[in-house]
Amino acid sequence: MRFKEPLIATAGQFVMVWVPGVDEFPMSVSYTGDRCGITYQIIGEGTKALAYKKPGEKIGLRGPYGKGFSIRGKKLLFVGGGVGMAPLAPLVEMAAAKGASVDLVLGAKTRGDLLFESRSAVAGARVHLSTDDGSIGFKGLATELAQIVVGKQSYDCMYACGPEKMLAKLLTIATEKGIPMQASLERIIKCGIGICDSCAIDGKHVCRDGPVFSEGDLRRFTELGKSKLDAAGRKIPI
Amino acid sequence: MTNLAVDICGLRMKNPTMLASGVLDETGKSMLVVAKAGAGAIVTKSIGKEPRVGHSGPTIVELPQALLNAMGLPNPGIEAYAAEIAEAKTAEVPIIGSVFGGSEQEIAELAKNMQEAGVEAVELNLSCPHAKGYGAEIGSTPEMVETICRAVKETVTIPVFAKLTPNTSSIVSLAKAAEKGGADAVVAINTLKGMVISPEAKMPVLGNRYGGLSGPAIRPIGVRCVYEIYEAVSIPVIGVGGISTGREAVEYLMAGAKAVQIGTAIWKEGPEVFGKICREIQDFMDEFGYTKLSEMTGVAHHGRT
Repeated sequence: MRFKEPLIATAGQFVMVWVPGVDEFPMSVSYTGDRCGITYQIIGEGTKALAYKKPGEKIGLRGPYGKGFSIRGKKLLFVGGGVGMAPLAPLVEMAAAKGASVDLVLGAKTRGDLLFESRSAVAGARVHLSTDDGSIGFKGLATELAQIVVGKQSYDCMYACGPEKMLAKLLTIATEKGIPMQASLERIIKCGIGICDSCAIDGKHVCRDGPVFSEGDLRRFTELGKSKLDAAGRKIPI
Repeated sequence: MTNLAVDICGLRMKNPTMLASGVLDETGKSMLVVAKAGAGAIVTKSIGKEPRVGHSGPTIVELPQALLNAMGLPNPGIEAYAAEIAEAKTAEVPIIGSVFGGSEQEIAELAKNMQEAGVEAVELNLSCPHAKGYGAEIGSTPEMVETICRAVKETVTIPVFAKLTPNTSSIVSLAKAAEKGGADAVVAINTLKGMVISPEAKMPVLGNRYGGLSGPAIRPIGVRCVYEIYEAVSIPVIGVGGISTGREAVEYLMAGAKAVQIGTAIWKEGPEVFGKICREIQDFMDEFGYTKLSEMTGVAHHGRT
């Protein structure tokens, strides 16, 4: 979904999307530049209602909020799991346009769930596919494929977004290899402006200090890949 | 040498700033961050008996000089929250447990649970303007405020603070009722009930339609309320509403507040605002020759005819 209203956002930042009468929820931008946009999966009432919107219909937007990715170096590895590819896609494009060498490990449950494969390839990324069911590419987890890819050459930085257990595993890989890392995390975001504490992770706030965190913070997070807060603020396992 | 320390109902604070309830206080670790940033005490999220997810979004509207919020009292419930209090207590600043409930019995029981969890005082949320059956809905009449304060005082031994609503014709009568009911201090003010409508969507923006207004825009109302309450009661007053600088904190102190609470300022300035405000209070005191806070308390009442 692309927006007509101008919105200056960088890859990794998010907007709060209001579907009037239904709910408001955070979405990472998947397109930056003149026509900012989001890519969503229907997971609840809010996204379901969003899917019924027709071109030209109004929704509410506030933001962009949070800290996005920053490009560090010339040899870059991206790892996107499922819809986690959405915030990485504009970054892949920007990195490739700047002349960086870009490897993308793109993983999903099955072939049909792979997101922005051709968009990334068109941008100039070498795309390495993995699917849990082996319907295309490497059969197994994106982390397993990433482990193979990092064994073949050195990288200046790893960029990741996807399920948190995947991010935790990638952090281990990046740490072993001494590769700096930036990862975008997901939590329940209500206020979006760093005051309500609903998106807390180890005293940091995904809406304001994140959603993109660097390896220093990621290593410090005891909750990474282990627990998160539910809508009432209860700690629940991931 | 200026001294920012203050003792409020036996709670020893190194400075007069407290984290206001509802902001960065759902988790122990966030409360630790705020304490580390310089807050003299921490008031917890308002906690109820059962877990509660709060209202659907939007829960916040950003305005030029204010925030309108309707979080809807989300909280994990008192049982789960005890672990967060235990963690916050390692900050070594007083932790004040905020509670909300639908009846005096429920509130008294929660206050007791808070005491057992180890808080040094309890703050009664008699003033949230956006949760049906709670907060201001049960704290708008002097009779209810007095009844609730009395029930809590009969149940706990720690100090009891009553946080009052400005959405009433007379906050002074609520404060008097709290004092009569045995409250050890009053906290004023909670947010002002408000609404923002989206003309394009033809409906109120907040999921709950109504919300509570906080931030710089409400400060003159908070200062006025504290000023009036100070003249009417003899228990300490804790001032809250729109403070983001040391000078603004001093306004409240001079109106009669013994301590102040800060919440919405974190929106623009982050938790570091606590350290900044304390430095600014200190600078003000140095410049005008005050050595301790009590020399400023209520001075704006002097010389009235």
